[in-house]
Amino acid sequence: MQFAKKSKAEASIPTASLPDIIFMLLIFFMVVTVFKEFNGLPVLIPSARTTEKLESKRNVAYMWADKLGRVSVDDKIVTLDDIEPIMAEKFAANRRIIISMKIDQDVEMGLVTDIQERLRDAYTLRVSYATRLK
Amino acid sequence: MALLKRRSGSQEDIPTASLPDIVFMLLIFFLVTTTIDVDMGIPMQLPDRGGEFKVNPENISNVLINAQGQILIDDELTDVTQVQEVMRTKVESRGLDADGKPKLIVSIKTEKETRYDSFIQVLDATKAAGATKISIAEPEK
Repeated sequence: MQFAKKSKAEASIPTASLPDIIFMLLIFFMVVTVFKEFNGLPVLIPSARTTEKLESKRNVAYMWADKLGRVSVDDKIVTLDDIEPIMAEKFAANRRIIISMKIDQDVEMGLVTDIQERLRDAYTLRVSYATRLK
Repeated sequence: MALLKRRSGSQEDIPTASLPDIVFMLLIFFLVTTTIDVDMGIPMQLPDRGGEFKVNPENISNVLINAQGQILIDDELTDVTQVQEVMRTKVESRGLDADGKPKLIVSIKTEKETRYDSFIQVLDATKAAGATKISIAEPEK
């Protein structure tokens, strides 16, 4: 009676290359991650149909203006006169910088133009009015 | 000499059994911290300081927005829903210049108390109508 012991069926998934697959995913996420730097102010931005995507996050600096008239750059509430030196510094660090202005829809245009005048002083001429797609 | 064992090759490997777990942890960290939201907005190029140049006044279209959100295009009161149509006929009537861009220059002027939203709606409609030369005039004092 030389019965060979019946071998159990091998039905396991090979996991030897699992680390490689996960590494690939990891590297993908590491490369695409840009950490959110600033929280800004709570604003309700207007919506528009001609909203476009901004090219690259790395060239974008943000500023906020809320309906109370507060202006925030880099998470600090600034006065209008502080904007120019801060933006000039940003422009010196990156000449392709785009200022994304997250302005509340109830802000008065007087403040918006005041901000724009300071941006012109700082030579940061590329701006974007942050909007939602309608 | 039967007792001499074959010397085994020295085993000095780093244990890699828990490597997937470590990499999974890193992966989950990056998954959680990644925000895929893209920045959206209406791009605009602010004018350089000092560079004033003359343009043919026939190609300028003046848009005024007052504090109540009423819109005046070339002295005609226009509803915000009509801005795009009115602008399109104006863009088409002026034609294109040498580099293929519409000749029409739209000058948007607001009051100090105008809501930002009204301005964006007009700017949006003007862009949607195909105008590329848009000037933002200083608010009337």
